[in-house]
Parts: sequence; C-alpha cells; structure tokens
Amino acid sequence: MRHEFRVTVGPVGFRVGSDWRRPLAEMAALYDGYPEAAIPDFTVRLEAQRPWRRFIRPSVMIGGDYMLPDAAPLSLDHGLLAAEMGMNLQMALGQRRFLLLHASAVERDGKALLMTGHSGAGKSTLSALLGERGWRFMGDEFALIYPETGLLHAFPRPVSLKNEAVELFDSVDANRLGPVMRDTPKGTIRHLRPPVDAIAKMADPAKPALLLFPRFGHDPAMRDMGQAEVFVRLTQASTNYVALGETGFAALTKLVQSVPTRAIDYPDSDAAIGAVERLWGELA
Amino acid sequence: MTDARLLTRALSDPASTLAFDSADWTALIAMARAEQLMGSLAHRLDGLDLPEPVARICAAARVSADHARRQALWEAEMARRVLVPLGVPVVLLKGTAFVAAGLSAGVGRSIGDLDILVPRAALDAVEKALIEQGGWEWVKDDEYDDAYYRDHMHELPPLIHQDRDRMIDVHHTILPLTAGRSPDAEALLADSEELDVSDGGGGLRILSPPDIVCHAAAHLFADGDLAGGLRNLWDIDRLLRDFGEHDGFWEVLGERAERHELVKPVGRALRLTERLYETPVDGEVVGKPRTNDNRYASRLLARDGWGRETRKFLRLTFYIRSHWLRMPPTMLARHLWTKWRK
Repeated sequence: MRHEFRVTVGPVGFRVGSDWRRPLAEMAALYDGYPEAAIPDFTVRLEAQRPWRRFIRPSVMIGGDYMLPDAAPLSLDHGLLAAEMGMNLQMALGQRRFLLLHASAVERDGKALLMTGHSGAGKSTLSALLGERGWRFMGDEFALIYPETGLLHAFPRPVSLKNEAVELFDSVDANRLGPVMRDTPKGTIRHLRPPVDAIAKMADPAKPALLLFPRFGHDPAMRDMGQAEVFVRLTQASTNYVALGETGFAALTKLVQSVPTRAIDYPDSDAAIGAVERLWGELA
Repeated sequence: MTDARLLTRALSDPASTLAFDSADWTALIAMARAEQLMGSLAHRLDGLDLPEPVARICAAARVSADHARRQALWEAEMARRVLVPLGVPVVLLKGTAFVAAGLSAGVGRSIGDLDILVPRAALDAVEKALIEQGGWEWVKDDEYDDAYYRDHMHELPPLIHQDRDRMIDVHHTILPLTAGRSPDAEALLADSEELDVSDGGGGLRILSPPDIVCHAAAHLFADGDLAGGLRNLWDIDRLLRDFGEHDGFWEVLGERAERHELVKPVGRALRLTERLYETPVDGEVVGKPRTNDNRYASRLLARDGWGRETRKFLRLTFYIRSHWLRMPPTMLARHLWTKWRK
C-alpha cells in the first residue's frame, strides 16, 4: 500500500497500511517510543472505498486479516480512530494465543489489578488515572491471559479517552496526546500515550491479584460476587473464550477461582481511586 | 507483480520458505489468511525451523483450525441425531466430510456451513425434521428467494440454527438445476460410503473418492466466481494425493466425470492443481492444456502481499461468468430485474 506503519504493542505486532499519509503520521506521533514489528501478527488496511474517494470526500474503509462485512467507513478526520478500530478488530476476531478479556489493567509489585464491566463503566479512564498515580498501566481495552501460566500480559495501547474523560488529562505533557476527534460514533475521542515506564515494561507479565467490576455515576457501594456470576460475566467480556475451547475454559476457571473479585460503584474518580487503593491493601 | 504464487509454493513445498525474509513472511501470512488457508499452511510448516513470530502465528492458526474441526463435527452430529431416524442416507460434503473421514484435505481447514446431500425425494421430510426437531430455521423470509431456491437450485434455502448460529445447506445434487450439466445424483448416493465411526454414532456417509473429487471440481469450476478458489484447489490437491495411489482410481475418476457431465471441470481442476500445487495427476481426464487455463490460474492467484484482491477486471469477468453458468440469458435478465426492483 502507499503508506505503512508498523508497531509492537505488548506481545502483538501490527502492520497498518493506508491510502493516505495522515492517519499513519498521527499514529507515528502517538506511538513514539514503541518497538517496530519485523513480522507482524496482524495486518490492518485503511482503504478508499473507491479510487476517487482518496481525494473527494475521502472515506476510510477498515480492512485487514479479519474484517466485519458491514463495517461503516469513517471520515479521513477520524483516520487514526479507524486504524485503532482495525487493530481492535484483529485482536477481537483473530487473537488465539491469549484468552482475551475486554478489561483494563494496571500493575504494582508484580501483581495486576483487572477492571472490567460494560462499556461506559469507567474502566478505561480509571486505568489511565491509576497509570498517572504510581501504578504501571497495562492496557485500557484488552487484558491478555496466557493460558499456560495464567499470567496477564500487557497490551498498553494509547488510551482512548472519550467525552468528559478527555479534560481529565489536560495537564499531561501535550506530546502524549493525539488529535481531538469530534463527532465520532462514540462522541469526542482523544488518545493518550501511556507513561514511559508502561511502554518500557510492556513485555513483563504480571500475576492477576484483584478483579473489579467498577460502575461510574452511582453512590459509593461495594458488593461481593459469587464465582458463577464472575465466570459468566467474564465469558461475556471475552471475544475468544468459545474459540479457545477447553484451553479457554481452563484458563478462565483458574482465574475466577484464584482472584478475589468485587463490584464497586463510584460517583467520581477520586472516590474510585480511594476504593481501589483500599481494596488492593485488603485483598491483593 | 506479486501474486499468490508465494502461497501456493509454500503450501506445496514448505521448505521453499527457508529462504524467506521478513517481507516474504509478512506477505505470505496476509495472503494465507485472505484465502482461508492459514490453518492448512500452519500444519504444512509444522516442524520447520521458523522465525519466532511465524511459529506463534502458526500455533494460533492450528488452535483456530482445531476449533473449526470440533465445531464442524458437532454440527454433523446434531444433524445426524435428527436425520438418521428418518431412514434416509445422509452424505456429508466438503470440509465436514474431509475432517469426518480423516482426509488430508481436512487438516487445518477452515469450515463454514454444514453441507449435506440427501435424496431429492426426502427433501421435505429432511427439512421438516431439521425445523421441527432440530431447531434450525430459515435464514431469510423472502418469497422470491425461497421460490428461486426451490425451483432452480441444488439445495434448500439455507437454514440456520436458532441457538448455535450455524448454517446447514441441504443439497439434493451438486450443481444448480440451471447449470446445464446434470450430475447423476442417484449415482452419487448409490456409491457413497458409510463413515467408519467407532464411537457408535453411525449413520452418516461420504461420497466415494472419485465423486468427492468430481464434486470439488464442480464446486470450483462449474459454479461460482472462483472466490476462495485457491482453498478449493488445495482441497483437490490433497484429495488427489490421498486417493491417487488407490488401484484404478484415475480410470474410475474419468468414468465418473463423464457420468456426471463434469469432464471439463475435472480436467481443468487436475491441470490447475498440477500447475499450482505440483500435484501428481494421471489418466485421460486430465485432457490437453487449454489457453484459458492461464486466465484461470491468473484469477486464482489474484492476491497481493497485503491480502488485497488484485486484477479487478479479470475478477469481474469471472463474476459475470458465474451468473451465466447458473442461468440461461432470459432467466438471468428476469432474475436481475426482480433483484434490482427490491
């Protein structure tokens, strides 16, 4: 393809090809400091729908090794988002080495805190905030469990900050922030490059020590969860649990049986961080 | 210009990859995925000294293929439980048949729908049993499409399972009724062989070896636009390598091709698999090389190192041909008109 960008995130290499220079220039800036990928695990393509749509009302089709047949194209202003979505798609549809959980993760003292829940629950923002406050950021989107060891592998992509969460990070070094993308299918989005140590240590796995189901916008509350409920909710949070067969079942069972789990409701980020620190001290 | 020759060579001669650099590997993997051949390739490369990223990509592809195999066999078992009590022969076709019979073509293969062949006279009973007892339902609720399938196609309108979300295609022959060629469906059934199942789940059948090859060739060259053609041709390569040593196989293959009015497609399949996968082929049915073989090969290989389709115009001609093959011109016009008005 005309333009190409390669990057390794945690244990996964990507190659992104594009008909336009701009999305990849934005990627190169955002992924500054990440390693290259000589033989990538996945290919993503950003293609014009028709040849002339490179120039006239350019619209970006997301393609690659794994594709959704009816994915809607995005405008070129959202080209960086298209690349990120393409990478997510490869992971969601093609990842078979790791049990993939839709969860964010941070690490301290070699132990990992996993946060999962419905979209909008705040797991992504929370992991990014913790990453700025002494924890090692391991990823805001996918947690990778290696079935043979049960260890969590980092997938520290730039955080996708949405809507109100964008201004929470106004004070970070400006070169860590991507372009502000307005009116995307998910509202306003801006990417934040993780702290330097998160990238430097991205090859180091950690042992899962605490699993939380946070929920933003509610009065503070905490609830124990039974293993059966945790198990079922994690199967729903995994895109490849079924495809991994017995391996996936064994890995998930082990995780659920060995890691303490709580559901927490929180009204604002300060309350959430307080609750996380307290629970970590008690349980991890 | 790069094309999928990189992939066909790696499949037929895995050691050819020993000279690969990173760019070759990257292109090979993208092509193999796009052609639904990554699982087959991963099995072919197993045991070679591979670069670390390639080794882990192949290991993952084998996991995927194992899953596809397990799912396909489970779907076959689900259909078996519903259909065997009807007392009609149920013949597995394509990928599911390959894995159920332990054929090389099934190793690492991706498998989509469950395809079965039953006697035309039993279609109503089979459809009723699948819907009322098996939990399958019609995919689309469209009178025109439904009538089109029932009047002109070689299969029932596709059914999908309510819970498992998997499709079943129930065939009564192996080419559309409008195709101009009329394979002998009764002979296909009569020569089919009971699957050797040791765990007690008997009752399913597969086609005889020459008929399996005839069906694969019909599917590839007498129906459709060659989409996924490299995978289908790879099936044929593997089948011929499995069966080619059997006594008298090539003569019987010629006879069956004639009986099913498939001499041309079978000959074409043999010549192209010999050309692209270096398959040992034999017998009169191979026929003489035709100039058109080049166009077919070029269409089959139309894929670049990014996994993109290339040779758009050539692809289009095969797409148009696929409609032509299925329908006489006046019927095609009426069909396109009806579809266009929707």
